[in-house]
Amino acid sequence: MAEPRPGFSLQDLEGGTYRFPTGRPSLVCFVKEDCQTCNLAAPVLEAFRRAFGGKVDVLLVGQTLEGNRVLQARHQLSAPILDDSKCEISFAWDFEIVPAAYWMDGDGVVRTQIEGFVRDEWKALEQRIAGDLGLAKADVDWDGLPAWRPGCGSKHLDPEIHDRLLANASGSPIRARRIEVASSDDVAEFMFDQGFSDGLPLVPPTPERVMRMLAGTSRGAQDLVAISPPNMGHATVEKIAINAVMAGCKPEYLPVVIAAVEAVCTDEFNIHGVNATTMGASPVIVVNGPIRHRIGMNMKLGALGAGNRANATIGRAVRLVIRNVGGARPGGTDRSTLGNPMKFTMCFAEWEEGSPWEPLHVERGFKAEDSVVTVFGMTSGPVQIVDQESREPDQVAGSIGLGLEAMFLPKLHRMNTDALLVVCPEHAKSLTSRGEYSKARLRTRIQQVTARPLREMVADEVSGAGLPLALAAQMDAEKLDTRFGKFASDKNIHIVVAGSEAGKFSAAFHGWVTGEMGSSVVSRKIECD
Amino acid sequence: MTVTILDPTDERAPIERQITTRPAKITGVVGLLDIAKPRGNVLLDELERLLSSELPGVELRRYRKPTFTKPAPSDLRLKMKSECNYVVEALAD
Repeated sequence: MAEPRPGFSLQDLEGGTYRFPTGRPSLVCFVKEDCQTCNLAAPVLEAFRRAFGGKVDVLLVGQTLEGNRVLQARHQLSAPILDDSKCEISFAWDFEIVPAAYWMDGDGVVRTQIEGFVRDEWKALEQRIAGDLGLAKADVDWDGLPAWRPGCGSKHLDPEIHDRLLANASGSPIRARRIEVASSDDVAEFMFDQGFSDGLPLVPPTPERVMRMLAGTSRGAQDLVAISPPNMGHATVEKIAINAVMAGCKPEYLPVVIAAVEAVCTDEFNIHGVNATTMGASPVIVVNGPIRHRIGMNMKLGALGAGNRANATIGRAVRLVIRNVGGARPGGTDRSTLGNPMKFTMCFAEWEEGSPWEPLHVERGFKAEDSVVTVFGMTSGPVQIVDQESREPDQVAGSIGLGLEAMFLPKLHRMNTDALLVVCPEHAKSLTSRGEYSKARLRTRIQQVTARPLREMVADEVSGAGLPLALAAQMDAEKLDTRFGKFASDKNIHIVVAGSEAGKFSAAFHGWVTGEMGSSVVSRKIECD
Repeated sequence: MTVTILDPTDERAPIERQITTRPAKITGVVGLLDIAKPRGNVLLDELERLLSSELPGVELRRYRKPTFTKPAPSDLRLKMKSECNYVVEALAD
């Protein structure tokens, strides 16, 4: 047996309440005033009301209150026209086009349904009603009506309205606590007061905005993406979407944010330590693969700076998830001595097409056609490495090495600390001007030019940092002459290409504690269709 | 008309305006703000008398809004914020 249409209780223009189903056979028709076809159908419905009203409840359901008044006056309607300006009933009845007419029995089970205006269909409807109830036909001049007129899209399908209705519907995927902000409160100020913000204004995460954001992923809203330290909060797709809305993301960025949240919340990356350290570390997010172009990420001029929505808001969304879901706040578990502007946001894409090397994600084992996010726990950067004079590949690589030697303190060497080197296109061109110059060779050259004898790393009157004097006293001259490069391993040096084609300015991000006690680089494939 | 937003947190804390943590001991400057509603000064006079006898080490300062019908002007708010550790506002008439 067919399901009856959803029940409702709506008011007409005089404030009278009408409940459906009515217990009698009913003709319910959804209309809106600014639809020409609805205006064509209105006199027909009125004729039906006059002819069948003794046995049939003819109810018009209008989608704007003011429009209902106009329709009633324009067509001298005696049939009640009910107010569905919130479009909740239209949404529940789930049609696309107005006029949408339903001929139903007393329980609300549909016998005939039509949308738009096809004269023969409406004529058949008249015959069906008259036939079902043994009544005479209505007084309609069918020949005076056009054979066909398309209807209009129902108001409940307007994106803004539909997303709100979806969010509020019983089958809504939204489970987050709803917060009613009083009209006397400024919503932006309210969000600051609640501590949701990183210090900059937020986009209010209304249910309809969150619904639109959730459309950016095929994952279920309640899928658990990660457990976020320090409070071990559950970062579901929905919670990530809420924070992505606040950060200013577009829905198409959401898969990147989800992958990045998953990456930073791994044990290897250790977002808790990254956040908590007094050194002031923060995730640096690098995006590779086709999604870079699809969502309009910046990988060229100013890639590490401001001005690109995707770069700016993806990084910010990840930070807001850690802040709000994880509960990591400055002065709480974030104990950074100085802080770091990367704690607002730091995300960019690699300019794979401008690079002489295989891109970062391929180097890390993914396919070139995969979209991948890679996260680095970094304490400083981008620190510029300036060399506008060198032309020979080894000279450029040498300057890059000397630039990297500044990490933490120039004096410190053999460091098990990652660095993310962003080679600008002009430096990349110079490096490969005499033929192939592999990443491996660049790493070797960096280690070579930064190799210093151990005796230069001993604590002295200039700097007490480095090898303790007592330890150095136990070493012989040969040991003290042993040379060490900046990094404990070539693997500490991560290389990507980004930036504009003009300018010989590469840059480096300096890491934190690398390895099990600190943070390791983590990549995650971005799930996108 | 209220605006509905969704909670971005892990929902372990209630969403409401939290009152400032109450101190164990009052020190410094206590501001007494007369909002300029009739008889507010009577309440504040009595309060000032009680506070000065019970908290001899605390400095009491009086402030007054131009009118109770409008929020305090921003310069008055800033002045109180910069000068006071606590503020008592007499609301009733």
